Amino acid sequence: MSEHELQAIFDRKIENEVKIEPKDWMPKDYRKNVLRQMAQHAHSEIVGMLPEGNWITRAPSMRRKVALLAKIQDEAGHGLYLYSAAETLGTDRERIVLDLLEGKAKYSSIFNYPALTWADIGAVGWLVDGAAIVNQIMLQKTSYGPYSRAMIRICKEESFHQRQGYEILLTLCRGTEEQKAMAQDALNRFWWPSLMMFGPSDKDSPHSAQSMAWKVKRMGNDELRQKFIDQTVKQADFLGLTIPDPDLKWNKEKGEYDWGQIDWEEFYNVIKGNGPCNKERLAARQAAYDNGAWVRDAATAYANKRAERKEKEAA
Amino acid sequence: MERKDWPLWEVFVRSKAGLSHKHAGSLHAPDAEMAISNARDVYTRRSEGVSIWVVESNQIHSTLETDTESMFDPNEDKIYRHPTFYDIPDEVGHM
Repeated sequence: MSEHELQAIFDRKIENEVKIEPKDWMPKDYRKNVLRQMAQHAHSEIVGMLPEGNWITRAPSMRRKVALLAKIQDEAGHGLYLYSAAETLGTDRERIVLDLLEGKAKYSSIFNYPALTWADIGAVGWLVDGAAIVNQIMLQKTSYGPYSRAMIRICKEESFHQRQGYEILLTLCRGTEEQKAMAQDALNRFWWPSLMMFGPSDKDSPHSAQSMAWKVKRMGNDELRQKFIDQTVKQADFLGLTIPDPDLKWNKEKGEYDWGQIDWEEFYNVIKGNGPCNKERLAARQAAYDNGAWVRDAATAYANKRAERKEKEAA
Repeated sequence: MERKDWPLWEVFVRSKAGLSHKHAGSLHAPDAEMAISNARDVYTRRSEGVSIWVVESNQIHSTLETDTESMFDPNEDKIYRHPTFYDIPDEVGHM
């Protein structure tokens, strides 16, 4: 079959909402872009474990500790689902991981911000996971089969993450004046970076159009961000917290909130590598990779030993 | 085997007795036993299963997309394999 015919088959699948699977023919750029997106999504899950891991030993109660441990464990699992999905496009795991460590691949910019207080762990669950959920629900309908199935699996597990965070803030907001102030401070620092998770405005996003044409992306950045804002405001109201946007106002005609302006300079600066924690995050990942080598070596040695023993017993 | 040669395994989980195993995903592990315990950690954190199968991915053989038509089309027009093809009067009762 000619490339022209194969392209026509591919285009018809996209048009008819038929998923593209690993062994299907696909345009080179589709493969390249979907692979990059899945790998970066996977890296985001793994790097996302770091700001929260920081607080495990300081969780204020057993309930909070087990919940946080379970959430972080989930993030590792989500990273795995996504690395596995990425590998179906023909790259090996080692290469994907090294791309991150060598600075060739990105991860979500939100994880370059620090978790400074216990309230931040609440804000992360409520806002960061909340924003991720909005994006991931949309991605359940992405055109690449393995990515779509990974998203469906992840969405099932993700909602406890947001509830865990919100419950932390609920407790703080019903507590002492100091605890409520800590919660407000966390919201003040995490609100705008959470909005930035949805990426640049569609008009400034060079890849968006092609991504939508291939149905990799099913909704634009602006629409997703608006969805997140509209669902989150009343959650903040219930906590008795103030969202740090003086321009935030319900627009009755549009049926949505009007809101202020993102500081795009901060966004691009953090992506470029100048956020508060960029270097620290990569250093932590490199250390984990280096310091964990003995575990991978031990598992390999153990498997070899077991295989030898089996051979001897069979002989 | 070296670390870089860990095979890829496909994981299948039976959610409860009586049902079949369903494909859950994949993972790398140096051997079958470790693939199973890793699969337990990754794919059954919420008691999703009572049984796990792992199969090395290279042991799974599949149809090719380009063969789909010749493989499956011949069955499309054999509607007489379905119960709805047959007219049984209502008076006979359920059949």
